[in-house]
Amino acid sequence: MNLTLRIWRQTGPADKGRMVKYRVEDVSPDMSFLEMLDMLNERLTLDGDEPVAFDHDCREGICGMCSLMINGAAHGPERATTTCQLHMRHFADGDTIDIEPWRARAFPVVKDLVVDRTAFDKIIQAGGYISAATGTAPDAHAAPVPKADADAAFEAATCIGCGACVAACPNGSGMLFTAAKVTHLGLLPQGQPERRERVLNMVEAHDDAGFGGCTNTGECTAVCPKGIPLTAIGQLNRDFLKASTTSAR
Amino acid sequence: MTLYVEGDPVADTKAPDGPIETRWDRHRFESKLVNPANRRKRTIIVVGTGLAGGAAAATLGEAGYHVKSYCYQDSPRRAHSIAAQGGINAAKNYRNDGDSIQRLFYDTVKGGDFRSRESNVYRLAQVSVEIIDQCVAQGVPFAREYGGLLDNRSFGGAQVSRTFYARGQTGQQLLLGAYQALERQVAAGTVEMHARHEMLDLIVVDGRARGIVVRDLVTGEIATDFADAVVLASGGYGNVFFLSTNAKGCNVTATWRAHRKGALFANPCFTQIHPTCIPQSGDHQSKLTLMSESLRNDGRVWVPKEKGDPRKPGDIPEGERDYYLERIYPSFGNLVPRDIASRAAKNVCDEGRGVGPGGLGVYLDFADAIERLGKDAVSAKYGNLFEMYERITGEDPNEVPMRIYPAVHYTMGGLWVDYDLQSTIPGLFVTGEANFSDHGANRLGASALMQGLADGYFVLPNTISGYLAENSKLEPVGADHPAAVEARFAVERRVARLLNIDGDRTVDSFHRELGRIMWDYCGMERTDEGLRKAIELIRGLRDEFWRRVKVPGSADDLNQALEKAGRVADFFELAELMCVDALHRTESCGGHFRGESQTPEGEALRDDENFSYVAAWEWSGSEAPPVLHKEELNFEYVHLSQRSYK
Repeated sequence: MNLTLRIWRQTGPADKGRMVKYRVEDVSPDMSFLEMLDMLNERLTLDGDEPVAFDHDCREGICGMCSLMINGAAHGPERATTTCQLHMRHFADGDTIDIEPWRARAFPVVKDLVVDRTAFDKIIQAGGYISAATGTAPDAHAAPVPKADADAAFEAATCIGCGACVAACPNGSGMLFTAAKVTHLGLLPQGQPERRERVLNMVEAHDDAGFGGCTNTGECTAVCPKGIPLTAIGQLNRDFLKASTTSAR
Repeated sequence: MTLYVEGDPVADTKAPDGPIETRWDRHRFESKLVNPANRRKRTIIVVGTGLAGGAAAATLGEAGYHVKSYCYQDSPRRAHSIAAQGGINAAKNYRNDGDSIQRLFYDTVKGGDFRSRESNVYRLAQVSVEIIDQCVAQGVPFAREYGGLLDNRSFGGAQVSRTFYARGQTGQQLLLGAYQALERQVAAGTVEMHARHEMLDLIVVDGRARGIVVRDLVTGEIATDFADAVVLASGGYGNVFFLSTNAKGCNVTATWRAHRKGALFANPCFTQIHPTCIPQSGDHQSKLTLMSESLRNDGRVWVPKEKGDPRKPGDIPEGERDYYLERIYPSFGNLVPRDIASRAAKNVCDEGRGVGPGGLGVYLDFADAIERLGKDAVSAKYGNLFEMYERITGEDPNEVPMRIYPAVHYTMGGLWVDYDLQSTIPGLFVTGEANFSDHGANRLGASALMQGLADGYFVLPNTISGYLAENSKLEPVGADHPAAVEARFAVERRVARLLNIDGDRTVDSFHRELGRIMWDYCGMERTDEGLRKAIELIRGLRDEFWRRVKVPGSADDLNQALEKAGRVADFFELAELMCVDALHRTESCGGHFRGESQTPEGEALRDDENFSYVAAWEWSGSEAPPVLHKEELNFEYVHLSQRSYK
């Protein structure tokens, strides 16, 4: 099939940036979206143009590096699917496709479609862990975990940190990301000792990093490739309220 | 033409002797320690943030060392360990099914087809137990049973259930555990994190590894950084095949540059071809996706009995299907080790009985499992894998059998290391897939995560302290040291050279062609004739690369084509060494199958008399043949035997 692409080109943080139109021909429906961009880049290279920069790595939907706004939807039209797992069979011959980077105050554009997501790392640094230095652990069976809790913790822990939730949110909020980690660790017995400080510190780091507040619009969960539910944010809010009133801080 | 020359045997592996059960304890006791108060004055560079690198950086930071961690991705959480699906082995014997450290050790040595070191493997089995404890304490949400205790499964040919798992995303959960521990240390100020930086050379001063040359992938700036010791945890080199299950960015550059600076490269031809990947759909394919081999626990592998059978799988009656693994290997059936399952798939496809586009696929059928266990139970185990498959192929495995085909997945070879995980360059340590040490000629399923975390959490932090304690008075080295200046200039010259060729072929087109040569001649079956041909083709293509490659853009900003070009240039050199290694090893063992060395039934035939050694290669310049150093392997505890899974 033949497609028209309108792609955001920006040489660097100082450049204002603009949409540029490209034609791609003979696209196979079995191609992944990124393979279609590979094809474009091969042609641009041979034509003497600079290829389009975009982040990607594992190309199997788990590393969280790919990050494209496709026709205004984070990761494109398919639910629960990362850009790298999106295939061209979901588009039709003659389509025009807009491709943009994540847009959020906390994720400045580095170049073209590549953004800087170190703000997420800062949230984790603030408390997204259990303090258990290597070698200090008791036997793994010392603390049984009810299966339902373990399963729910796992569901929250599947967050890949791609940032689609932030890109989709009208406020540029990173609350779903933060809540997924708060929920994961808060459901486990190992996570209890630091539970109150964790939620307070992570929310503070979230706000400091330039993310907006959550107003429960739910766009985040609609685009989340791992289907992290909005209830995670409810859990974060409960934990936050409880911690705010009981923390020693 | 002289392909290689033979040098002296490897002198010292530092492996302690005496009873194997106490070797690790005694070795730790005998090694010197660094006083806790002095640790913050000792600097360690760790390259790579996967399980081996992330765990090491976090643990060294916790111990109080000053750690500088580097990764090429935008965050340490993205390292490719994250994509491991199936699980992690540990000799916990929680199932009471006869497992023990001894048995995990035995299975790993045997599974590696007797080409690994007993001392290392025994230590790995011992440490496996601590890994699970550590990960649970970090909050890794392993699968549990209703009683709240950890669930286990049998995996990849093991007859005991020793594999711990988190749905089909075990690697992700383990890596996030290590990543969180690492970020905790970043916050504590013990670890400096440098994401989007790529190591492009090693700095060796007075024979010791003292630093690295790195390129900031965002600004293009080439800089040097220094330490008392350098740890490479940069993963494997499966991307030399272009198509593999590795992430697109996985590369050999860090280890290859160290090799060129004097570190021996061991068993480069030992690559693992994983039997259960989604087949290629066309020439546009940029990578292959693994389907966890845990699927083989419940899926049955088959092809039609007739060649070129055009019918849909559902229309082929039971009697006209060949469940070839169950037929050939009745005692292990669909759970035979990876190398055997892969080659069997290749054989039935070579016979013309393959399915799907191009006849390069076999069925993995869940119909029986769904009938036996119900759709819900099957979906609880494999739901995310089924979804992933459907997303890529557009087919639902609940309705039609999956199609699978082998793909390059893991590389057992890597930089040679001694028992301390130290390479032949003092001060250069190598962990995880980047080293060669524990898997011999074939890695068992769920053992990569085990080795990465064993090295990162428990082995390296103990052994590197011995080196630092013994070298407590290293001279400070700075950017103006002649060795550092020379290394940085060399990197700058190379970057400029790649940009200046301005030819008419893209980097990817060369990489694809190189990968095809490797797959055809250095893949699942290797022959003398094919390997010689491959070496010739690789040399020709490499020359062409340096004349015709076109690298657009500049050196002064984010330039993904330039990154790829440097990596592919190193893959060319590695590819040739892989072929030389495969050519010199005229036996078949593990994942290395030489057409000339097989039993009458077509199984791999080892030659213990002549090849019971590690082949450690020394770089001697691009014009001179590499030098082979042999490390003889001795088997005191596991008796050499021909593997049989029949």
